[in-house]
Amino acid sequence: MIRYLIRRFFWAVWLFFMATFITYVIFFLIPSSPGRITGFGFSVSPVQAAQINSQWHLDVPAYQQYWIFVWNMIRHQSLGYSFQNGASVRWIMAQDARVTGSIVLGGAVLWLLISFPVGVLSALRPRSLFDRAAMVFVLVGIASPPVWLGLILAYLFGFKLGWTPIADYCNFASSAGGECSGPVHWAYHLILPWLTFAFLFAALYVRIIRATLLETASEDYIRTARAKGAPARRVVVRHMLRNSLLPVVTMLGMDIAYVLGNVLFVERVFNLHGLGIEVLSAVHTSDVPVIIGVIVCITLAVIVANFIVDVAYAVLDPRVRLL
Amino acid sequence: MALLEVTDLNTRFRTDDGIVKAVSGVSFTVESGETLGVVGESGSGKSVTFLTLMGLVDRRHAEVSGSVRFDGQEILGASGKQLQKIRGRRIGMIFQDPMTSLNPVKKIGWQLEEAVLLHNDVTHDEARRRAIEILKEVEIPKADTRIDDYPHQFSGGMRQRVMIAMALINNPEVLIADEPTTALDVTTQAQILRLMTKLQEEHGMAIVMITHDLGVVAELSDDVLVMYGGRVVEQAEVDDLFTKPEMPYTWGLLGSLPRLDITSARLEQIPGQPPSLLHPPSGCAFNPRCAYAFDRCHEELPELRAGAVGEGHRFRCHLSDDERARIWEAKKASLGAAEGSAA
Repeated sequence: MIRYLIRRFFWAVWLFFMATFITYVIFFLIPSSPGRITGFGFSVSPVQAAQINSQWHLDVPAYQQYWIFVWNMIRHQSLGYSFQNGASVRWIMAQDARVTGSIVLGGAVLWLLISFPVGVLSALRPRSLFDRAAMVFVLVGIASPPVWLGLILAYLFGFKLGWTPIADYCNFASSAGGECSGPVHWAYHLILPWLTFAFLFAALYVRIIRATLLETASEDYIRTARAKGAPARRVVVRHMLRNSLLPVVTMLGMDIAYVLGNVLFVERVFNLHGLGIEVLSAVHTSDVPVIIGVIVCITLAVIVANFIVDVAYAVLDPRVRLL
Repeated sequence: MALLEVTDLNTRFRTDDGIVKAVSGVSFTVESGETLGVVGESGSGKSVTFLTLMGLVDRRHAEVSGSVRFDGQEILGASGKQLQKIRGRRIGMIFQDPMTSLNPVKKIGWQLEEAVLLHNDVTHDEARRRAIEILKEVEIPKADTRIDDYPHQFSGGMRQRVMIAMALINNPEVLIADEPTTALDVTTQAQILRLMTKLQEEHGMAIVMITHDLGVVAELSDDVLVMYGGRVVEQAEVDDLFTKPEMPYTWGLLGSLPRLDITSARLEQIPGQPPSLLHPPSGCAFNPRCAYAFDRCHEELPELRAGAVGEGHRFRCHLSDDERARIWEAKKASLGAAEGSAA
């Protein structure tokens, strides 16, 4: 276990530096002048541009810039300042990660809440009416683009029926006299984003859960359990479920990056200022510190998620050893 | 009254391609304490017969008819609850592949205790004591520590011992063993068979030994059921079957048995493939592979009839008594000739 943790740690550090370094190289190769995006626009004079470049240490070679970034991160826990507006990247990330985290975590809970019962029920009665209806849901979920789905939901429930807000984010922590703060408003504003986000993944996971359960049902040890005289429900709950969780957990681990890519659409449709929107506008303006900031956030998220998946796997299956 | 009495059992599976007649008109009895050997090739319906009578075939895809009386009580088509009381409590079952028949994510102690707790109103501690006791009985060394191991920490032979322990933990009256030694190496096979014989003497249960190994049948069985194409083709006491088999398929089986006392260049084999149960041949299911088949064999299914020994030895064959006697004498002579040349 200790060896595993040490290995994991070094892997994480290596991954972290590779991801940030590659991003640096890419944006060094793309011709851009930060002078243009700091408020002066195209009217920036060569003298002003040189001044700005020297102020941000952009007149030194790329490896030195990268070294300055690493040094600031380690020495001052700083991710630098946005070229666009001079705000601290760490502060921006803290704001955005809250929004994106809320969408992803809430959506993930919703998607597992939908996909487990539906998957289990359709596996217990394959080819039944319920199973076929679930398959329709799955196909619609996989086929519909999240942007379209989000707009339809916003139009239907937000605009036509007026049940939910159609945009904006409210802080989870309540602030004094805030119309838009506290857990209730937070959840109320996030209902549609969660639904949009959960729909696609719920559809994918219904299929996986159904397939793995059906596969587990034909295992020899399930026949053994029934031959022992175990009632049907007990066979499913005590013998099948844990064994069929293994592939699902593996999928979850692999899907983290996919999930973070998908969340951009949801943020866009519901005007939620999260990591996805942030990186999109930062790319348009070559705001390298912000882009790096997002890369750091996502790398950390992937590392942590994979670690949790590994541990969960070892807990679920006694044959797995963390080495 | 026989402990287990099966009459005219039929199992049909509905598939996309049509109806598979897995078991057709199978009847037999098992007396308490005796051993019934069931032999046949893969796909002859021997496993499905016993899965059906245990209620372990999927009812949504299978049509089952006939009668299974266990201790005088009809159990075919009984409710799930009734069957659960019998399965694992009065009829134990072990399966072919010990590597996959135990739940990989549960300790074997848990799996053994579950079998106790499902059928007895006892505490966890008592169940655990019983589990350790039965593990000792199936000769697993250091049973009181190994009980906390997972199945993957056991070898194949040891896992089969655990399976036997699990089947016997509630002292069942019948143990159905579905090819218990097929997946094991030869020395382990011998150990497992010896263990089963020992446990039968101690517990006095009846054993149904499903196998394709005639050596196992000869060693353990009192009665033998030969199955082919989903039907019983010959049933007899073990000595009768080996000394005077009455139909061509059994002749083929005996001829393909390797024997240490006979030096022959190659074993006899039964030509062709086992029949498709989806589109079985008309008449006798064995006719496409039978060297002695004549017109009647292609048209009419032979009845299961008694031979010279009486009701105790029944078989399906259209050949007349004289012809069968002549062919078997000739076969025996050829085996004897080989024996003679070996000596």
